[in-house]
Amino acid sequence: MANIKLTNINKSYGSHHIIKDVSLDIKSGEFIVFVGPSGCGKSTLLRSISGLDQVSSGTMEIDNAVVNDVPPSKRGIAMVFQSYALYPHMSVFENIGFALENQGLPRAEIKKKVEAVGEMLQLTTYLTRLPKALSGGQRQRVAIGRAIVRGAKVFLFDEPLSNLDAALRVQMRMEIAKLKRDLPNTTMVYVTHDQVEAMTMADRIVVLQAGRVMQVGTPMELYENPNSVFVAGFIGSPKMNFITGKPADKLKAKTIGVRPEHFEFSKTATDISGTLDYTEVLGSDSFLYVSTPTGMLTVREPGRTQYKTGQKLHLKPIAEHVHRFGPDDNRL
Amino acid sequence: MTAQILYAFFTVLLGVGGCFGYFYGSNWLLDRTFPANANNDASAVRNLRIQANIRPWLFLGPALLLLSVYLIFPVIQTVYLSFHDRAGDKYVGLANYKWAFYDDQFRLSIFNNILWLAVVPALCTLMGLIIAVLTDRLWWGNLAKSLIFMPLAISFVGASVIWKFVYDYRGEGQQQIGILNAIVTYFGGDPQVWIALPFWNNFFLMAILVWIQTGFATVILAAALRGIPEDTLEAATIDGAGPFKIFFRIMVPQIYGTILVVWTTITVLVLKIFDIVLTMTNSQWDTSVLANLMFDWMFRGGGDFGRGAAIAIVIMVAVLPIMIWNIRQANAEQKGH
Ligand SMILES: Nc1ncnc2c1ncn2[C@@H]1O[C@H](COP(=O)(O)OP(=O)(O)O)[C@@H](O)[C@H]1O
Ligand SMILES: [Mg+2]
Repeated sequence: MANIKLTNINKSYGSHHIIKDVSLDIKSGEFIVFVGPSGCGKSTLLRSISGLDQVSSGTMEIDNAVVNDVPPSKRGIAMVFQSYALYPHMSVFENIGFALENQGLPRAEIKKKVEAVGEMLQLTTYLTRLPKALSGGQRQRVAIGRAIVRGAKVFLFDEPLSNLDAALRVQMRMEIAKLKRDLPNTTMVYVTHDQVEAMTMADRIVVLQAGRVMQVGTPMELYENPNSVFVAGFIGSPKMNFITGKPADKLKAKTIGVRPEHFEFSKTATDISGTLDYTEVLGSDSFLYVSTPTGMLTVREPGRTQYKTGQKLHLKPIAEHVHRFGPDDNRL
Repeated sequence: MTAQILYAFFTVLLGVGGCFGYFYGSNWLLDRTFPANANNDASAVRNLRIQANIRPWLFLGPALLLLSVYLIFPVIQTVYLSFHDRAGDKYVGLANYKWAFYDDQFRLSIFNNILWLAVVPALCTLMGLIIAVLTDRLWWGNLAKSLIFMPLAISFVGASVIWKFVYDYRGEGQQQIGILNAIVTYFGGDPQVWIALPFWNNFFLMAILVWIQTGFATVILAAALRGIPEDTLEAATIDGAGPFKIFFRIMVPQIYGTILVVWTTITVLVLKIFDIVLTMTNSQWDTSVLANLMFDWMFRGGGDFGRGAAIAIVIMVAVLPIMIWNIRQANAEQKGH
């Protein structure tokens, strides 16, 4: 059990201010996801928690103890890297057992623990292999095994799935979710730029942009009540539609946001009329791309659609689902 | 003077032109003899295959020929000479080798060679590795590496001349100008004739080669170190490994192949060591090594081609396996990346 508390964390590389005044309270046993576009500072923040990078200012607490000056190995954390970072010259067994060896555990105990972890991750038959003789998914499991075997209180994941192909990514996503269920007392911090991963795995999501925390909340909170245009646009796929001009003015907003599924079709002309440019039919849904005077809008329809390309469509946002944003792009 | 420059210029022109002409011409001839645009497809395909089989030999031909003339032939000739008497015309069987086996000077040379082999490659590689690691994270590391690398550009003879001054000894009562003796006298010791101290003088000569070759080891190993994925080191940090453990368990094994290549490259060099000994001591004071012994027998005091050749063969037989292994290892390294 370990909570993590960040208070006014700043991090600069030379004159580059990367992490800007981040305060966060991560509860014990929580699965928290940092999400944001590439280069926004997710890895830097995670590395600050791990101790691989020193923060420039602010306090970092793990398990109610300030750890600013505690080296990574003493912070009770384990980290899974995007590139797996397996030791290429060591067998799977040695890779997983290395941390235990450093702790000075007797051989027999290391063997017992590594084998238990190997079994848990279905790596039993691969323990004697070198990493280069493993598939991407297996390497990922070894990296996770290395974290598990130490019994760390906090797991840090830095985009662990981004090197895997789509099908494997879905499978590993479920395995990590299962891992979280099996280790309910372990706090997990997971970094991704993929909002789908964030939505499906997180207890709470931290949305970052340019080194700042934009919003913290459960996936549904962020989906239903984004507090800024950035969060609204980042969470949800396809993206939320942003409309400015007359329809926004009528609602006394600079911009209004409407998710693709929150449109109705009207028989008569509305503020938002346009022509259907093209359609994507996925089977379960259809996405209609409608070109309007305020820009291209995406509309989701369940199942198939009756509308034809080139047809004139009159759209009407469902009032209760309209998000209103002011001139500063914050929620009104 | 002008005539010489012109002469050199035309030689270069002729050489380059000749090479170009040969490759172009032979290729053209091959294309003509086995045309790829033959009238039916089957023979076109066959011609292409024949071309592909012949072309490498055409292009390699001149190089192979030169290699045979300047490398293979001398080896055969040396083997031949080693079984003949001092003038090279009477067959004497293994007599030259038998002589070597019982000769004190030969035994001493072998012993010294082994000493060099045990010390120089190990010391160069070890120091190269340490310097590479230490300079990797310093902003002036590249400058330091360049300075350490510089002696490699100096010829062995030139380096020996420099080091002669380091070990220089002036007779009693005179001002010592050698830096080593200057240091010794500064601390109240007696000046020594360093290069005439049997056994220890070997190490003073070795220092010169170490000075020259450490830069080579440093540069190669620094490049290898840079190739180690940073995150494996970070993972090891998190796994609780200290700096020494990271060095020996994570870094060294990942560049093990390169370390061996550096080691064996220097080993081969050491087996052929000659110039330093010749310049510094001329084999006196028990510093002789095989190459110098060979030189002495071959070209000095009237010359004994038979014994000289026998020593040369001994050196070659010693170098060959290391050389082959070294090339294989280097190839394997390249394939691994
Ligand atoms: N060691 C470093 N030195 C200088 N700048 C860095 C360093 N590491 C990261 N940065 C910069 O910090 C910013 C955030 O990087 P990072 O945390 O890796 O982003 P993310 O993981 O969100 O993609 C980037 O602009 C990157 O260029
Ligand atoms: Mg990153």
